[in-house]
Amino acid sequence: MSTIIDRRLNDRNKSAVNRERFLRRYKEQIRKSVSDIVAERSITDMDRGGQVRIPAKDIREPQFGHGQGGDREMVLPGNHKYAKGDKIPRPEGGGGKGNGSGEGQGDPGQDDFTFSLSRDEFMNLFFDDLELPHLVRNVLGEVREYKMQRAGYTPSGVPANLSVVRSLRNAMARRIAIGAPLKRELAELQQREVPPDEEIAELQRRLDRIPFLDEFDLRYRHRVKIPQPISRAVMFCLMDVSASMDENKKDLAKRFFTLLYLFLSRKYEQVELVFIRHTDNAEEVDEEHFFHDPQSGGTVVLSALKLMQEIIADRYPAEAWNIYGAQVSDGDAFGADPEKSRACLAEQLLPKLRYFTYIEVPDDSDRTSPLAFAYQRIDSDKFAMSTVSDRSEVYPVLRELFHKEAA
Amino acid sequence: MTARLEGPISTGAEWTFELLEQYDRAIGEIARNEFHLDTYPNQIEVIASEQMLDAYASLGLPIGYPHWSYGKEFIRNEQAYRKGQRGLAYEIVINSNPCIAYLMEENSLPMQALVIAHACYGHNSFFKGNYLFRQWTNADAIIDYMVFARNFVMQCEERYGHEAVESVLDSCHALMSHGVDRYRRPTPLSAEEERARQRERSEYAWKQYDEIWRTLPARGNQGRDSAEDVLRYPPEPQENLLYFIEKHAPKMEMWQREIVRIVRKLAQYFYPQGLTKVMNEGWATFWHYTLLNRMHDKRLVDDGFMLEVLQSHTNVVTQRGYDQRGYGGLNPYALGFAMMTDLRRICEKPTAEDREWFPDIAGGDWLKVLDFAMRNYKDESFIGQFLSPNLIREFHLFAVADHSEKEHLLVDSTHNEQGYRRVRQLLSQQYNRDGQVPDIQIVDYAHRGDRSLTLQHRLFRGRPLDDDAVEVMKHLARLWGFKVRLQTIGEDGRVHNEREALPA
Repeated sequence: MSTIIDRRLNDRNKSAVNRERFLRRYKEQIRKSVSDIVAERSITDMDRGGQVRIPAKDIREPQFGHGQGGDREMVLPGNHKYAKGDKIPRPEGGGGKGNGSGEGQGDPGQDDFTFSLSRDEFMNLFFDDLELPHLVRNVLGEVREYKMQRAGYTPSGVPANLSVVRSLRNAMARRIAIGAPLKRELAELQQREVPPDEEIAELQRRLDRIPFLDEFDLRYRHRVKIPQPISRAVMFCLMDVSASMDENKKDLAKRFFTLLYLFLSRKYEQVELVFIRHTDNAEEVDEEHFFHDPQSGGTVVLSALKLMQEIIADRYPAEAWNIYGAQVSDGDAFGADPEKSRACLAEQLLPKLRYFTYIEVPDDSDRTSPLAFAYQRIDSDKFAMSTVSDRSEVYPVLRELFHKEAA
Repeated sequence: MTARLEGPISTGAEWTFELLEQYDRAIGEIARNEFHLDTYPNQIEVIASEQMLDAYASLGLPIGYPHWSYGKEFIRNEQAYRKGQRGLAYEIVINSNPCIAYLMEENSLPMQALVIAHACYGHNSFFKGNYLFRQWTNADAIIDYMVFARNFVMQCEERYGHEAVESVLDSCHALMSHGVDRYRRPTPLSAEEERARQRERSEYAWKQYDEIWRTLPARGNQGRDSAEDVLRYPPEPQENLLYFIEKHAPKMEMWQREIVRIVRKLAQYFYPQGLTKVMNEGWATFWHYTLLNRMHDKRLVDDGFMLEVLQSHTNVVTQRGYDQRGYGGLNPYALGFAMMTDLRRICEKPTAEDREWFPDIAGGDWLKVLDFAMRNYKDESFIGQFLSPNLIREFHLFAVADHSEKEHLLVDSTHNEQGYRRVRQLLSQQYNRDGQVPDIQIVDYAHRGDRSLTLQHRLFRGRPLDDDAVEVMKHLARLWGFKVRLQTIGEDGRVHNEREALPA
């Protein structure tokens, strides 16, 4: 009469598709949440899931229902003080008493809808904002890079990997091994005075039945995934923190740095971050101060480049480290500073670096700033620069780099 | 069976598949032979907690079409569960043939036995016996239908795009509670029957033909009236909005109609469950209590087993007072279980009061009375018929009237001699679907004009629609494709207000 079935081994993620649809539908709201998370997280910490909050009213599913007003009676349990005819003051904010006995459909005081995004979901949304192309997403999204390496031969595989030489060699060996005794016997029989025709014919048939190529002769080239050799990298984040850099610009900068960091952390086992902020003189700080500590003063870009140079000489010898640089500034530099900076960067720093990117976050994107004007003359394939005023423009600066390194 | 009478089937909390089978057999034997429960065959599926969360999200059905709202449900449940705010239900049972019940692997053996008794014999026999389920759901076909629905929706998504399908589904979901039939439609006449009827009519007209009476002047405006009637469509108001849309929406594609139909079928499938919550849960709870106690009497289970069962049973049937913490309305398990138990008591040990209130059943055969009640009632009528003064006292029920023109809420009646009937009637009203779902019907489809659709909302005791109505109207307009109009009609028959929505 009853059947008992063990379903525990069945697919456990039947709702994944529905969950994904939910995320897609409320992308806008979720994206807002993701932005908040990006703002408060450290760069090195970006690479994981997070809690997202959506206002409950946005995800309501409407239905025709009775509203407040009109007449109704409610039957409630647990009376211990009322008698017929007692008057009860109307509770605040609604005709219902308690929340609905029978009528209550969805409590109005529902909290915001909060839930967690997995790491993949979070990263995807983060990348969406930056309008990353898919190829790059794959590179960044993958936890580790592998290289395929040959590892001998295997008896099973796809036809494309068939090793003809090996397979035929095996076939020949098999034919010799199986055929040899038969051939020997055949030779013996033929030596006789009166060769027994029937036996000879039988042996001949057996010899003919040995297949030229059998399935177990086949050999395929075997390949295994080998994690790519690992190495160390250091990334210098340079930012102008003079008063003209507002929160919005810093947010752009943060996304830019994060993207570069993610890229590097996929490529290198160990990535160190160095934060250098500068006004009219530069100092090395931790991330918290870098993004959130307001400073005032003028702007001398050269000071930051000099400091970077010192730190490299001090702690990160170019032979042992892959050095990357990323600079964000609003481009306001004065006097000889832009020209000197260009010279310093192009002649002294760049030879030691793997790559250097500069983004400018100007107030007015039409005007070419003095710094950009100077930097434009740097002619090197290790250098990229761009003017950015929106998140979606961040990626193109790094395109060259990603393209080159991801290939 | 006789061999097992000597001692308990097992001791301890660990379950194995063999033990589940033994318990199921023992419970099933008692249910069938001693209490004559008639059930569908059972299919008991053991699942993990994640799978239970999946099952939650898809309305308990093992398969459903993809939609974001299920994702929302899933996320909500998962979040609550992970935070420990909410435990999972011990069981989900599906009204199908065979009746599918889920057991969670984390449960202990006594809990599994409880669930088997509750779902596989309690709910199962209710699904098979209750008139609403018999009339409105097709237990043999539901799983196959859901497979079809899922495939169909997914095919549509491939062909017409996710957004297009999603928007239709959203709109249908908004109207789901107005997509059920409450009365059977007459089966359509076959062409043969139609011809026969026409012949009969013309024959009748021919027999009645009498030229003399034709000289009587035709009555004044009769002719014009009927001409207008012909133009008016639908001839009678329609309350199944989704049905009307499916059949008559002027510019809907075939696949969209099919999706409307799928949602409508789903709504219809769940329609009896909404009407029998108290009875269904009460019935199942009563039977797991009765069946397991019987097993204990027969010494098939030991005291430790029974204690665990009773502890969780007590949790289920707790009813908090209106002013206590954690009060969430009347608990259908508590009320239903109390009523079922009370019915048995009335039959077995009637008091003078019972004899006065229930002369037909007091002192009767409790099995027959319960079976009759299970088969022929829904919550509303069940409470109206069987709620006894004894229970009203036990639950300390009282009724509060909330009338909009009064400044205060008024205690209408309490659990005393004068109040019993009134409380019972009001509580029965509370389970009346009309009180929960506004009465909205299609009255006119201007099929020769601008193709607009007119609906009427008849005020029920002066209760207006809530703010969602604006959104729902947009959904309705999207499905219909032309202007839709909703008139609110007061009890005096006048139009109170009118709202319109145009398709975006």
